[in-house]
Amino acid sequence: MEKKTGALLTIKNLTVRFATSTGAFTAVDGVDVSVSPREVLAIVGESGSGKSVSMLAVMGLLPDTATVTADEMSYNGRDLLKMSAAERRKLIGREITMIFQEPVASLNPSFTVGFQIEEVLRFNLGMDRKAARARAVELFNAVGIPEPETKLNAYPHQMSGGQCQRVMIAIAIASNPRLLIADEPTTALDVTIQKQILDLLMDLQEKHGMALILITHDMGVVAETADRVIVQYKGRKMEEADVLSLFENPQNSYTRALLSALPENAKGDRLPTVADFMAAEALK
Amino acid sequence: MTVVVEGKALTQDYHVSGGMFGSAKAVRAVKGVDFAVEKGKTLAIVGESGSGKSTLARIIALIDPPSGGVLKVDGQAVDISRKRLTPAMRSKVQMVFQNPYGSLNPRQKVGDVLMEPLLINTNMPATERREKAEAMLAKVGLQPEHFNRYPHMFSGGQRQRIAIARALMLNPALLVLDEPVSALDLSVQAQVLNLLADLQDEFNLTYVFVSHDLSVVRYIADDVLVLSKGVAVEQGSREALFANPQHPYTQQLFAATPITDVAAIRARVERRRLARAEA
Repeated sequence: MEKKTGALLTIKNLTVRFATSTGAFTAVDGVDVSVSPREVLAIVGESGSGKSVSMLAVMGLLPDTATVTADEMSYNGRDLLKMSAAERRKLIGREITMIFQEPVASLNPSFTVGFQIEEVLRFNLGMDRKAARARAVELFNAVGIPEPETKLNAYPHQMSGGQCQRVMIAIAIASNPRLLIADEPTTALDVTIQKQILDLLMDLQEKHGMALILITHDMGVVAETADRVIVQYKGRKMEEADVLSLFENPQNSYTRALLSALPENAKGDRLPTVADFMAAEALK
Repeated sequence: MTVVVEGKALTQDYHVSGGMFGSAKAVRAVKGVDFAVEKGKTLAIVGESGSGKSTLARIIALIDPPSGGVLKVDGQAVDISRKRLTPAMRSKVQMVFQNPYGSLNPRQKVGDVLMEPLLINTNMPATERREKAEAMLAKVGLQPEHFNRYPHMFSGGQRQRIAIARALMLNPALLVLDEPVSALDLSVQAQVLNLLADLQDEFNLTYVFVSHDLSVVRYIADDVLVLSKGVAVEQGSREALFANPQHPYTQQLFAATPITDVAAIRARVERRRLARAEA
């Protein structure tokens, strides 16, 4: 095994509450997350599990109705909770970047993709126009967009969903981040395109020595990418394990329920549902 | 066995404008597809976006007329471009759509959603319509008190149950399901797939099940039709297709589908460890 290094991102006892018209709703309830350099961490859960909310809290992207509390939230030894907004902006979008589920919606339809990637390079990294264009071509090559010079002049609607996600990834890795957070990056994509995008992310992760946090609902994606996995359910962490242990010997009954609900694991005619499974466990 | 639905050389052209100066062009979305589904069986149509699978589903569901070819339901050729669909034929074929958030009218109560097909297609009296709707609600695993609620008060899985119940109100022989579980969470997906299997047994229903997800197809289908760019590149029984996919496109689909098998995960983890040790 590789030698142990300190965690890149450490979150302890994170709680996120939303003020709603019917009172406070706790979306994330006392969750610990840590990720080491060069590690691929998958956070897996169904809708409402709070898997995205905890990472949006790290990025500072939650709306004003959210209250975030944590015992610790630190990046590379620096306290994210006490940091000023200006200091935080230097980290977010440079050392920590994020990509989202809907690549087409994540890009601005009114500007060419070239403009959007060069904007990041110029204003975040202080490059001039010429250097930014050269670097954009380089980045498009890195993420496997053919004919980068031509494609830089394309608008998002002229590209496919898979190509738009490649553009998003190019923008996200432009600053050589140490941590990339990918929130359901392949959910809107076809399975053959999903494979290409996952392969690309894993390749870039290894090449650049990035840490990758992959938020997903798809156990198949977890199986194909993760080193370590956190299973979340209704805002709570159910289980945390390395990927092999999780699939081979799941400890938590919710994890077991999720795995047995996979159609490929169906035994006989019926799929055990999470509700069935929880009931059977309770009888034991 | 009796064949419930069959298609011969079905094609569908969409006409797109060529812009201000160009001439109009036709895009052939479905290019001569043949299939037949026997009573009580499930045909899965598999393909990626742009493959024409939803276009084909809409033809089979008697929503859009095909540009060419013949569609037969219960041995009878149906051409909705020439002749208005009779209520009897409409009752035989029903459809369930992918997105249960979009396919239910937000201003219509669940009870009205279920009774509407009867109101339009039958002469059934109101009390009987209500009885049938209440019975169907129970069949799909919902409660009597749900009758007067609006769609927004239900979860995605419950809404898909409502959409399935609506499709079954006219005692159809054939249900066309266009990606019915792909918007649902894994645990809810399992419940809806179980429900579909139960209903198929109980009513001897025939399904045409459109999906992009091979693990779901493997679970539910008897026969599989793989569609790529409007062409049925491979067709056969589920067993044959999953054991030995013939067409390169089918093989590509299989290769791209993530595997949750422990041996495969162990091999991947080991590869990664070795690659890192070398670096």
